[in-house]
Amino acid sequence: MLPHDPLNIIISGVGGQGNILASDLLSRTFCEQGWHISVGETYGATQRGGSVVSHLRLSRRHAYGPLIPLGEAHILIGFEPLEVLRILREYGHADVRVVMNDRPLPPLEALQGQSAYPSLDALKAAIGGMSRQLVVVPGTRLAQEAGNAQAQNVVMVGAFAGLGWIPLEKGAYLQPIEGLFSGTKLAVNRKAFELGYQAGQRQ
Amino acid sequence: MMSGNEAAARGAVEAGVQVVASYPGSPSVQVLECLAAVAREREIYAEWSINEKVALEVAAAGSLAGLRALAVMKADGLNVALDFLTTLPLSGIRGGLVLIVSDDPGAHSSVKEEDTRYLAVPAHIPLLEPTTPADTRDMIAWAFELSEKCALPVMVRLVTRICHARGNVTLQPIHAGSQTPRFDPDPGYITAARFHGRAHERLDNLLPLYAAAPFNPYTGPADPELTIVAGGVSHCYALEAVERLAAGDRVGILRVGTLWPFPEAPVLAVLRRSRRVLFLEEIEPFIEEQTKLVAAEHAAELGPLEFLGRRTGQVPWVQKARGMGEMDPDIATRALAAALDIPFEQGATRSAEAQAALDDLPMPLRQPSFCAGCPHRAAYWAIKSALAMDGRQGFALGDIGCYALGVMPTGYQAIRTVHSMGSGVGLAAGFGKLRAMGLDQPVVAVIGDSTFYHSGIPPLLNAKTTGADYLCIVLDNGTTAMTGHQPHPGCGVDALGDPTSAMPIADLVRKLEIPLTVGDPYDVHGTVAAILELLQRGGLQVLLLQQPCALQALKGDKRRKVTVDPERCRGDACGCGRLCSRVFACPANTWDSAAGRAVIDEVVCAGCGVCAALCPEGAILVEPPQGDAHAAP
Repeated sequence: MLPHDPLNIIISGVGGQGNILASDLLSRTFCEQGWHISVGETYGATQRGGSVVSHLRLSRRHAYGPLIPLGEAHILIGFEPLEVLRILREYGHADVRVVMNDRPLPPLEALQGQSAYPSLDALKAAIGGMSRQLVVVPGTRLAQEAGNAQAQNVVMVGAFAGLGWIPLEKGAYLQPIEGLFSGTKLAVNRKAFELGYQAGQRQ
Repeated sequence: MMSGNEAAARGAVEAGVQVVASYPGSPSVQVLECLAAVAREREIYAEWSINEKVALEVAAAGSLAGLRALAVMKADGLNVALDFLTTLPLSGIRGGLVLIVSDDPGAHSSVKEEDTRYLAVPAHIPLLEPTTPADTRDMIAWAFELSEKCALPVMVRLVTRICHARGNVTLQPIHAGSQTPRFDPDPGYITAARFHGRAHERLDNLLPLYAAAPFNPYTGPADPELTIVAGGVSHCYALEAVERLAAGDRVGILRVGTLWPFPEAPVLAVLRRSRRVLFLEEIEPFIEEQTKLVAAEHAAELGPLEFLGRRTGQVPWVQKARGMGEMDPDIATRALAAALDIPFEQGATRSAEAQAALDDLPMPLRQPSFCAGCPHRAAYWAIKSALAMDGRQGFALGDIGCYALGVMPTGYQAIRTVHSMGSGVGLAAGFGKLRAMGLDQPVVAVIGDSTFYHSGIPPLLNAKTTGADYLCIVLDNGTTAMTGHQPHPGCGVDALGDPTSAMPIADLVRKLEIPLTVGDPYDVHGTVAAILELLQRGGLQVLLLQQPCALQALKGDKRRKVTVDPERCRGDACGCGRLCSRVFACPANTWDSAAGRAVIDEVVCAGCGVCAALCPEGAILVEPPQGDAHAAP
């Protein structure tokens, strides 16, 4: 059921995009399968507009440390294209599959004109060239459609689920969302997940 | 699934903790948050204290009254609490007292990498370090027992990769604490130097308990070619390195979980088994040094040994994040491969062509920056502008918190010193007395609200009584923002969210009879004028800049819609140098390259409207909040 053991998943984004919620949702889903899960979150001062990275490691044998070795990420879920490239360069396994939100968030250095933000086409070409499969999802647009641009993290969780790279039932991914949210937030997140799931399934 | 912080809280609840106190510091903030969330149900007293020394004192009071108690702080905070901590083993304690200290290898959310393991030694207290979240639960629960057995506070060192890691944790039953607190005044708890010997004796008595506990296991062959001695999360990396190199039949691993007093017996057993020892640990070479002491004491018996570690260079310091003390599976595997002479290649392999294409692509760094709408950005803009307009080469002194980003481009590099909590105000108290000796530059100290309570008041009072001459600017966003919005004494709510009496900064400053000016950082022009006037006036002054943290205040419907009028924005023809995006540099102020005009990213924008006040063409428009058209701006 796991294409590699340990299976290493990275979620990469920018402070404020909701990396930790996404890794929390996925790790709860995986935990329910009875697997050993280790998650390492890199945030802190860096969460103020810096890069945020979550490492998820799944194994049926035993628990691993919270950090994925270089060149050993099998799946990358990216919330921001430049951050996907940054992580992929160092961590991408020869067999890596990538699902990413296409919405750029230029860092301060690019805003201030010290360095250019690469064009989206150039980023897609470079990322595609380094991965076995690249799936691009309009995550922020779908989240806006679901009612809140912030829910792009849940859209991307949905897209990952829909792609079936880890073949679990849709309900297994939805369960932690139903457990964590209620009311309007649940409605928005359920819709965000659904829109992402459909986008993933269309691939 | 639990984080290390949640597992620590769970371990404390299972052990029947009744009193917990902390001052928020990454990476261990969530420990008290978790305990506060169950405090009512479990009849636990939980508080956010004004600083770490008071937190440890509040917890110690619980212990002296016979209850199990916990204090939580980051490494920097231990320095604040250290004076009190070093007295406790001399006075003695009663209920189990556990101190969680979180170190930050890599300095992910700290200004320095401090290895607090060394501080357990002069404090004469036992020290433990877990390897995973599950192990954290086990160790914290055991630490309370240990503390009562040896009548010493027990320190548990957590690191970022434990606190902010998550893993499967098996829960144990909760033994609710139900002691009625009672203080026994006879004989009391008096610190006296004559008890120094008793503290050493109590530490020595721990070694048999360490030997009986499962925290120093050896795994591997009976006669290994090399043994890895690892502490904390590095133990996970040691296991993985051996697995990756398929070296299980050549390498043994000793985990040292009870770090002080140093467990000589299992270490000596390792030295007898193998001639070569490799050390994996985070920040400084503590285990390495202690092992060498054991080896030196048994040199005649052991003969020549080879030690591979940080001190000897085989385990290199690698610059990662902002520090160099963090361990990872790659450093561990490389060091082991080199020691065993096993070829090891790592990292992504790609064709020369693909690499060349990558090298051509620009890769802007993503440095931390103030959030969109952050009042600190506006405040630093005003400070920088006012100091420039004043023209006397005035300078600003800062300290740690979100506003430490004032040293970076996002804060226009406005502050020129950063040290520890409150140290900007303290340095200013010194600079402000150098006037008589000829210092003619204006001095500005910048401090956040939570830090002001933590350690800003004594230096300010010092300045008041010595007559130091400076402007103290308090950036009051109404919360402890850096660590995730914990309340402080100005908030009027406690750790459980219940209302409590508040002591506003303005009242305090007035009571100290220091001239006070209150302003709104979003009113940039007004703030520049106020700073200029206060600098000209001279003497000790406090400027309180109040505006709630944008992450809390400017959410959802409360946001005002900010747009650029493309007719009024003149693009690069304006001559402003793209003031909004390039100079003010809020992440919501972006640039439409196709149109050659400024544009607001509505997903990112918090609606503070500061850029609208700065735009020389008045091209940025601010609409009332979407949810309430009648609300005041």
